[in-house]
Amino acid sequence: MMAKNASAPAAGEAGGLLGWIDARFPLTRMWNEQWGQYYAPKNLNNWYLFGSLSLFVMVIQIVSGIFLTMSYKPSATEAFGSVEYIMRDVEWGWLLRYIHSTGASAFFVVVYLHMFRAMLYGSYRKPRELLWIFGMLIYLVLMGIAFFGYLLPWGNMSYWGAQVIVSLFGTLPWIGPDLAEWIRGDFFISDITLNRFFALHVIALPLVLVFLVVAHLLALHEVGSDNPDGVEIKKNKDASGNPVDGIWSHPYYSVKDLMGLSAFLVLFAAVIFFAPTMGGLFLEAPNFEQANPMQTPEHIAPVWYFTPFYAMLRAVPAFFGTQVWGVLVMGAAVMILFFLPWLDRSPVKSIRYRGPIYKIALALFVVWFVILGYCGLKPAAEPYKTLSVIGTIYYFAFFLLMPWYSRIDSHKPEPERVTYHAH
Amino acid sequence: MSEQVDRGRRQLLTAATLLTGAVGAGFAAVPFLASWKPSARARALGAPVEIDISKLEPGALMKVEWRGQPVWVLRRSPEMLQQLEGLDDRLADPGSQSSIQPEYARNPARAANPEFLVVLGVCTHLGCAPIERFRRGDAELGADWPGGFYCPCHGSKFDLSGRVFRAMPAPTNLTVPPHTFLDDNRILVGEDQARAA
Repeated sequence: MMAKNASAPAAGEAGGLLGWIDARFPLTRMWNEQWGQYYAPKNLNNWYLFGSLSLFVMVIQIVSGIFLTMSYKPSATEAFGSVEYIMRDVEWGWLLRYIHSTGASAFFVVVYLHMFRAMLYGSYRKPRELLWIFGMLIYLVLMGIAFFGYLLPWGNMSYWGAQVIVSLFGTLPWIGPDLAEWIRGDFFISDITLNRFFALHVIALPLVLVFLVVAHLLALHEVGSDNPDGVEIKKNKDASGNPVDGIWSHPYYSVKDLMGLSAFLVLFAAVIFFAPTMGGLFLEAPNFEQANPMQTPEHIAPVWYFTPFYAMLRAVPAFFGTQVWGVLVMGAAVMILFFLPWLDRSPVKSIRYRGPIYKIALALFVVWFVILGYCGLKPAAEPYKTLSVIGTIYYFAFFLLMPWYSRIDSHKPEPERVTYHAH
Repeated sequence: MSEQVDRGRRQLLTAATLLTGAVGAGFAAVPFLASWKPSARARALGAPVEIDISKLEPGALMKVEWRGQPVWVLRRSPEMLQQLEGLDDRLADPGSQSSIQPEYARNPARAANPEFLVVLGVCTHLGCAPIERFRRGDAELGADWPGGFYCPCHGSKFDLSGRVFRAMPAPTNLTVPPHTFLDDNRILVGEDQARAA
């Protein structure tokens, strides 16, 4: 451990080309601050792989997306055909498209696991509230990108999915109908809508996303990573002011993240090559038909990553002559996550030292979130209706009652230092 | 020159600069935001459409497109008009008080001319297309089904006037678009008949 401070060169020490650059641009300093000599807790487990995986999937999506735009045509008459053209005629076009469509679902898989990690170990707690908020903004932008991108193949599910979601804005009182018309740029989802969704999907929101990811990483490296014990490694520092329970991210976590990446790529490739539609979960069957404004698909369901919120939307009945309530509940379900750092009043951060109440509450939260996601895929019939209502109530109870139950819950004493077993 | 910084003056100038800049940015944002509104071409394509109903049989449904939305014209037979009666207790908004329609269609038949129902074939819940289930006591919808429209997406049911039943996801009756009977054979969808009548 002691040797670590001796090896890597400090800023300004290197000669040659690197020295020349460092005198003009803080390359070595930035590398060291953000990764090379960034002290991460030595006890990070595999739950901590999903952050770097999210970053990697973002790169996959940007690269595969750029190459798709080279053959795709964002117009109502040509879009569907150009996607078929990519699939059949463009050299390796099918691979580019399946990478991108599988990448969209993979993005949400790793982001949901990344968020769940934060809930397991209290990573959103002080002083990481802003880090969590940046993360939530990333999640929101990601949902926007996924929604706008879903219209682009101009399949019938693309069309009607966009129709349903834009209608949600139409339910808002007073401004609703004008707002929906403004979003569409037409009286219905048309070529005009497709063209602007394309612009939002390929440049506007990805730019915002990259900016937010940079802010998320800067905030992380400013406050330091949480760890499975939820104790601050900055409390115990050695003579040179570095945390004794911290290790350099490079090479230690570079190598570990590469291990995670390898495992991820095995699964990712398996889906791309053997199950790109994932039985209708990643690519829905009605989307292999061109958009038809006069013909609704027999059953409209969003892609799986939106279905828990879609189930909540449907769980709320219309009353007072409007169905804005379901829309508000769905919006609140996402927004309430922003407040998690202030809802959790437990004296400890990590699940390891929490009492039984929170452990059960969190386990049930996962169960109900999955049930909601399943209900959102199904038609609005029993038993899914009732399950959606119960799931929605549980979802909100989990968050709104948290200030109370997280405080009265028992807890075990946190250790002074992180628990770590050499291996 | 004074040694002291005049803080009040500096704050005033800073605030004035910020305010002027904000107002300028506000004005500059208008063209960008307004560019999202329906363009002149979109508005022209959204103009009223004329429908020829001379070949529509009683009991038959005709679908045309107006502003990309399906407009349905249902020529109701006398029996179908009878099927509308006695349903008020089962309907959420029998008098069309909170539904969208022109004033001349705010009646049980939801039509200026009861024979012809003109509605948007768009569920008022989330914009799906309801399907026709005109027969009384449809096998799928139960023995007490009076005939009407059924939305396959989320299960909303409507009668033959497009009036929604109670406790359905759809909050209101199907929307009646503005329309005018030009003569016995032609309907103009997209324009009110106030002046024409």
